[in-house]
Amino acid sequence: MAGLTFDSLRDPARWIARDRPGASAAPALVSAIATRAAGTVRFEAVSKTYLSAAGPVQALDRVDLDVPAGAILGIIGRSGAGKSSLLRTVNRLEAPTSGRVLVDGQPVAALDTDGLVALRRRVGMIFQHFNLLSAKTVHGNVALPLKAAGLPKPEIAARVQEALRLVGLEGKAETYPSRLSGGQKQRVGIARALVSRPDILLCDEATSALDPETTLTILNLLRDINRRLGITIILITHEMSVIREICSDVVVLEKGRVVETGPVWRVFGGPEHPTTRALLEPLSRGLPADLAPRLRPHFTPGAATVLAVTCAGPAGPDLSALVAAAGGPVRLLQAGIERIQGHAVGRMLIALDAAGPDAEDRLRALGGTVERIGYVTADD
Amino acid sequence: MSPQMIDRLGQACLDTLFMVGVSAGIAVLAGIPLALFLVTSEPGGILPAPKANRVVGTIVNGFRAVPFIVLLVALIPFTRLVTGTTIGIWAAIVPLSVSATPFFARIAEVSLREVDGGLIEAAQSIGCRRRHILLHVLLPEALPGILGGFTITLVAMIGASAMAGAVGAGGLGDVAIRYGYQRFDTTVMAAVIAVLVALVCLVQFAGDRAVRRLRAR
Repeated sequence: MAGLTFDSLRDPARWIARDRPGASAAPALVSAIATRAAGTVRFEAVSKTYLSAAGPVQALDRVDLDVPAGAILGIIGRSGAGKSSLLRTVNRLEAPTSGRVLVDGQPVAALDTDGLVALRRRVGMIFQHFNLLSAKTVHGNVALPLKAAGLPKPEIAARVQEALRLVGLEGKAETYPSRLSGGQKQRVGIARALVSRPDILLCDEATSALDPETTLTILNLLRDINRRLGITIILITHEMSVIREICSDVVVLEKGRVVETGPVWRVFGGPEHPTTRALLEPLSRGLPADLAPRLRPHFTPGAATVLAVTCAGPAGPDLSALVAAAGGPVRLLQAGIERIQGHAVGRMLIALDAAGPDAEDRLRALGGTVERIGYVTADD
Repeated sequence: MSPQMIDRLGQACLDTLFMVGVSAGIAVLAGIPLALFLVTSEPGGILPAPKANRVVGTIVNGFRAVPFIVLLVALIPFTRLVTGTTIGIWAAIVPLSVSATPFFARIAEVSLREVDGGLIEAAQSIGCRRRHILLHVLLPEALPGILGGFTITLVAMIGASAMAGAVGAGGLGDVAIRYGYQRFDTTVMAAVIAVLVALVCLVQFAGDRAVRRLRAR
């Protein structure tokens, strides 16, 4: 994160308040952010059907969602699950076939051209392939939203500079996008999306074309923007790691339907829907390689029972309670616990020498899920 | 070659440059809006008008189907209406422009169509209206291709202008036919060909260079 500076944001009131009537004198950081009540999105039974050569395709199926102001909502799903369609209904790049989308209580579908243009200035968007204009410099790209809004030149110059400083690209104003790295291009995209000082930022697979390290710096930048400016961020991704990194809430889409939703720590700690589990699979550790071939599906006398126990709670798993619940010797085979949003979330593989259904019930009563993986004998 | 012949060649060269230059200017002024219309008015474009699109497309194809020498004659009533005369340089400029405009429009259309749809979407997402999209996205992004297409159009027009002698407009082609061919003056024929080759090379060189500079950014 070395390249990131937020000079202009030492005083965020400057950033937020300038063109918000009545807020121009906002003195301190807290009050500046507190004035930002805008930035809510509400989806009401949003459906979308495409007509393709093979017949109608249902991209979205009665999606209901509420996105509070200042949230970072992650929408995850496989390709074709309808993530992109859902995101693009917010700024009406796509119109739903039925249902309503409301931004700050205002139905998006009801807007005329002027209203739509005004809405789009309040809703920034960044893209997987950055979508920068190759014929314009970095400055030209970032200035375009303001130019289209008809702002006077000196103000455009000042605000572009401010936005470039926000994303850490002060020195690159006169560079053409083709000379920038992927991460830098996305920073230009972010600056262009933020230069109109929006309340909402839509991220369409914004890090999917970037390497893991650059992905992290861009996600950190987005998180900082969310914290410092209070902008609502809705991002879509097919990578759970992105959700884990910055999102407060997650929505899992499958075939156009919301199949699971909730705070990230809860969904990660106890995924309920098979799709969520499948999407989480790359993040979870598999069975240890030496253990897997020794597992037997049926109990034989003298074998230990291997259980997978998940936990998700503000405090870490209570090991003494675990031992007490197990009611006998417990061996910890493998464990991965991490903290997400102040919650310890993870999975442990334990082996119980003498386990019965009661032990599993007692373990379940501790709050997590318990799954019997199999049996293993010590002398194998 | 006699001094008069050299004078004659020089004059013909100027005539050709003048005819092609003026017609090319008209072709650009008329062709780019035409190309923009063809791209934006198609179904799924930013200003869909499928019926008008089909009508204009058919008219463009119609003009492109007619050979230039036929167009030169067929347009005589129109030429008289516009310029008041049917002979001379201006009488050639009208059909040259009419023939080059749809040609150039189709080439520019291809370049405009190649502009990534994601860029138009990005422009819409930041609150650009249609005119901003034309001005800041479609035209600048397609400019290298349009410039390349303009070079091709210019070369084709230099070729077509050789037929302008048929309406007494002079030019290099006219000299080649009247002196080189009809009077069996091989030197004149060779000189005209040399000048034409040099002219085309120059145009192509300048065009390529400009395109390269644009693309190098």
